Amino acid sequence: MAKQAFDIRKHNLVPKHAKVSDREKKTLLEKYNISVYDLPLIRKNDPGLVGVDVKPGDIVKIIRQSPTAGEAVYYRCVINV
Amino acid sequence: MAEEEKETKQEEIAQEEAVQEKEVQEKVRIEEPEPVVSKRVGSIQFSVFSPKKIKKMSAAKIVTPELYDKEGYPVDGGLMDIRLGVIDPGLKCKTCGSKLKECAGHFGYIELARPVVHIKFVNLILSLLKSTCRGCGRVLIPENKIAKAKNELDSIERESGIEARRKHIRIIISNLKTINKCPHCKSKQMKITLEKPTTFLEAEKRVNPIEIRVRLEKIPDDDVFLFGMNPKYIRPEWMVQTVMAIPPVTMRPSITLESGERSEDDLTHKLGDIVRINQRLFENINAGAPEIIIEDLWDLLQYHITTFFDNSVAQLPPARHRSGQPLKTITERIKSKEGRIRHNLAGKRTNFSARTVISPDPMLKLNEVGVPRIMAMKLTLPERVNEWNVEYLKKFVEKGPTEYPGANYVIRPDGKKKKITDETKEASLEELQPGYTVERHLLDGDIALFNRQPSLHRMSMMCHRIRVLPGKTLRLNPAVCHPYNADFDGDEMNLHIPQTEEARTEAEILMEVQTQLISPRYGLSVIGCVQDAISGNYILTKMLNFSREDAVDVLIHSGVTDFSNLSRKEKISGREVFSALLPSDFNFTGHSKFRDDKGNDRVVITNGKLIEGVMDRNNLGEGSGLLLRNIHKRYGKEFTIQLIGNIFRLGIEVLLRHGFTSALSDTDLPEDAKNKVREVLDNARHDVDNLIAQFKEGKLDAFPGKTDAETLELKILELLNKARNAAGELVTNFADKNSHTMIMALSGARGNLINLAQMAACVGQQALRGRRIDKGYHGRTLSCYRKGDLRPDARGFIGHGFKDGLQPAQFFFGAMTGRDSLMDTALRTPKSGYLYRRLANAMQDLKVEYDYTVRDASGKIIQFAYGEDGIDVSKSEKGTINVKRIAKTVGAK
Repeated sequence: MAKQAFDIRKHNLVPKHAKVSDREKKTLLEKYNISVYDLPLIRKNDPGLVGVDVKPGDIVKIIRQSPTAGEAVYYRCVINV
Repeated sequence: MAEEEKETKQEEIAQEEAVQEKEVQEKVRIEEPEPVVSKRVGSIQFSVFSPKKIKKMSAAKIVTPELYDKEGYPVDGGLMDIRLGVIDPGLKCKTCGSKLKECAGHFGYIELARPVVHIKFVNLILSLLKSTCRGCGRVLIPENKIAKAKNELDSIERESGIEARRKHIRIIISNLKTINKCPHCKSKQMKITLEKPTTFLEAEKRVNPIEIRVRLEKIPDDDVFLFGMNPKYIRPEWMVQTVMAIPPVTMRPSITLESGERSEDDLTHKLGDIVRINQRLFENINAGAPEIIIEDLWDLLQYHITTFFDNSVAQLPPARHRSGQPLKTITERIKSKEGRIRHNLAGKRTNFSARTVISPDPMLKLNEVGVPRIMAMKLTLPERVNEWNVEYLKKFVEKGPTEYPGANYVIRPDGKKKKITDETKEASLEELQPGYTVERHLLDGDIALFNRQPSLHRMSMMCHRIRVLPGKTLRLNPAVCHPYNADFDGDEMNLHIPQTEEARTEAEILMEVQTQLISPRYGLSVIGCVQDAISGNYILTKMLNFSREDAVDVLIHSGVTDFSNLSRKEKISGREVFSALLPSDFNFTGHSKFRDDKGNDRVVITNGKLIEGVMDRNNLGEGSGLLLRNIHKRYGKEFTIQLIGNIFRLGIEVLLRHGFTSALSDTDLPEDAKNKVREVLDNARHDVDNLIAQFKEGKLDAFPGKTDAETLELKILELLNKARNAAGELVTNFADKNSHTMIMALSGARGNLINLAQMAACVGQQALRGRRIDKGYHGRTLSCYRKGDLRPDARGFIGHGFKDGLQPAQFFFGAMTGRDSLMDTALRTPKSGYLYRRLANAMQDLKVEYDYTVRDASGKIIQFAYGEDGIDVSKSEKGTINVKRIAKTVGAK
C-alpha cells in the first residue's frame, strides 16, 4: 500500500475502532442473543480499520461522538469485501 | 422480461385456482366438518410451456372461429367450447362437471399451420441466434473456455441479474473474436439482425420462423445452461410457437347486453382472428397456393398472435375494435396502473368506509368526529344478539334502513345475510333471537378511524368517537387539524368503521386522539390552540375583566360546568377566568411569546392560578412550550384533551363577545412615522448610489474571493435589508399594540411583524434564487430602466407598502418572485414526498426491542440503543431527561 499522506486515524471525524477480544465477543453475543452476522457489518478493507488487525468474523468496537448520547458504542462484524 | 410476462400469467392462473380450491374447501367444511389438510409450497418453478405440455394440459382442440350455433349454444371445437369452462348459469363444464363459479376453466390449444415467433421472447431468440453457430448450434465459445465463461456469467447473474448475463455472453464472444467462425465446426457465421418487431434477417435475407426453430433446436442442452436457462424446463425452440394455448373462457367472459345481444371479451375477439387466419393458412397450404399468398397469411397470423400477447408493440399498429378503440389483450391486462397487479392485487379498497369534505366544529370534543346522518345510515356496525339486548336490537330492525337509527341487515347464525326491507321486516323481527347479528346504523359514541392522506405519520390516522350530525360534511375540532395537516379549503378525509370487537378495542387503546397527544418526533403536544383560540386567550389573560355573572356565562358557554376553581370575588380578571380551567395543584413557570415593555416574558402558574404573564402561542399552541406537556405528564391524557378543548372554546367564546376584526386602519401610521420611514429608505437609496459610484470608479474594496460586482451586490443587499428592518421596527414601535392585527401577530395566532411592516411601510427587496432580480431584458430588468442600472428600484426593491399601493414595475417584480416561489413549491413537494416515502419504506419494519436495540424484521441490529441514548422522545422533555425536576417532584412526596 502506498504511504498515506496522513494518518486518518488522527482525523477528528474518524471514530476509534478497536478489535473486541474473544471473551468480550462471547458476552456481547450472549447479551443480545445474536450471531455475529446479526450485527452491522464492516468491510475488511474499510479505511477505519487501518492499523487494526482483524479477520472476517471478528467484531470491532467503534466509539462515536453522538449529539444525543455524547458517546455511542457500536459493534460491527468484519466481513470479506 | 419476456419470461416475467409468462410468469405473471401463470401465477394468475395459479391464484385463480387457489381461490377456487379454497371456495370448494369451505363448501366442504360447512357440509361435513373434515380435518383440514394443509400443505406447504416447497418450491416454485417458472418456465415456458412446451408444445407437448400445452397439448397435455388442454381440454380441447380449437378448430373453428365460430362461437355459438343457431340456438346460442357453444359450438364444439369453438372458442367458447364448454370443455374450456362455463360462463352461463345452468350449463355444466364438460371437463370437470362443475357449474358456473365452481369450475375455474380449462385451457385449450390450436395447432398453428406454420410456427410463429412469440413476441415476448424475440430479444432472447435474437441473443441465442447471435451467440450460437448457424451450422452446429454450439455456443461460439471454444470448448476449453466454456467453463471459465460459465463462472464469469454466474457471478454476473448474481450481481446484476439474468438480463446482464445474456448481454455479457455477447461481450465474451466478441472478445474471443470467434464471432465470424465457429470454434467447433469451423463454419462461417453471418450477421443476424432483428427487424422489429418479429422479423429476423441474416445477411439482409429473411430467416423465417421455421428456420429459426430449426436452429434453436440444434443448440445442445449443455450450451442452453450458459444462457441461464434450464433445458429441462425451457428449451429455446419452445419460444417459437407451433402450438398455441387458448386461455379458458372463464378469463374472457362475454357480457350479455340489455338488448339480449352478446358482447365478447377482447381476448375472444383476438383469438377468433387467430383461429380464422390459421384455418385459411391451412387451407391454402393444402391447396398448394403460391408461396406469396402463404407468406402473406403467415405474416398476418404472426401479427394476430403478437397483438394477442401485446397490443402495444411499438412498431405494430394496435388491433382495434370496430369503434376504433384498441383491444385490451394479455399484456395490457397485467401492466400499468390499471393492470391486474397495481390495480387489483396491490390496490387496497375497503368496505365500511366513507369520504367527504371536512369542515370545522369547535363544539365537538377533540376526539369526536361529526358524521353526516346519510353516512351514518349507510355505514353499519354488526351487533350480536343475546338475551339481554334482543329487545334493544329489535327496535333497530323495526325502524329498518330508511329511518334513523335503524338497521340494514340481519345475519343468521349460518352466515346468511338478509337485507331488511319493508317486506322482510316482519319476518326478520319474528325470527330475531340470540345468535343472530344485526347490522345497525352508527350511533353517537361508536368508534371510527379517521384519516387524511398523505398518511406520513402515525397521527395521520386516529381513532375518533362518532357524533351523528345534520349536514353533509365530516366535522372535526380545528385543534386536531395539525396532526392531520388538514385545513378546510376543500380537504377531504376518510372514515373507517372497525367491524369486530377486537378491532374496536385496538383502535381505542392504541389510536384514540388522546393517546397520540405527545409527538414521538419532538416530545411536545401536537394538538393545541390555533388562530382565534390563541387570540382569544391572549386578550382574555392580558386585558379583560368580568363581573362574576359574565365570567360564569363565558365559562358555561365554553363547556365548563365546574366553577369550584373560580375566584369568589365580584370582579374577576381574565387570568382568573382562565385559571378556573386549571387544576388547583398545578405549578408551572415558562415563557410567553409576548414581552411587556420591560422585556419580561415570564408566565407563572402557582396552585392552579395564573399569577403572571399572558397565554399565547408559546404555551397554548401546538408543538411549542412545555405547559401542555407538563399537564399531560401530571394529569394524564384524558384530562389534557378535555382541557385543550375547554381552553379552545374559552378562547373563541371570549373573542365572540369581545369582537375581533382586522381593520385597514390597523396599518395606519402617524405622519411622524411615515416621514421617518421615508427618511430611512431615502438614506438607503443614497448609500446605495454612493456604493455604485465607488464601484464605477473602481474604488470598491472587494471581499476576499469575490469580484467587485459580487461585492457590490452583497453590500447593496445588506444595506437594503437593514433599511427594511429599520422600517419594520418603526412600524412595530408606532403601531397600536392593542389593534387587532397587532394582537394576532404578537400572540402568534396568525401573521408576523414582517407582514405588518410590508403592509404599512415597505414590501422590501424581491429576490430570485437568493439574488436581486437581474433577468429580463438585455442588461436590464424591465424596459423602463436604463441598461446597467444597479439602483435598488431597478433591481426589484419595492419601497412602497401594500397599503400605499405598488408602482407597475414594483408589482411586476412582486409577480416575478411570486411565480418563482409557486413553481418552486410545485416542483419540490413531489420530490420531497418521494424522498420521504423511500425513507419510510426502508425503515418501516424497524422496531425497538425489549433490550433497547433497534432491529429489522430479521432480527439484525441496526442501532444498539434507540437514538443512541435509548430515550423515548415522547416520554421525555424534548429528548432530554430533566433530572432536577424529577428530583424535586420525588422530594416533594
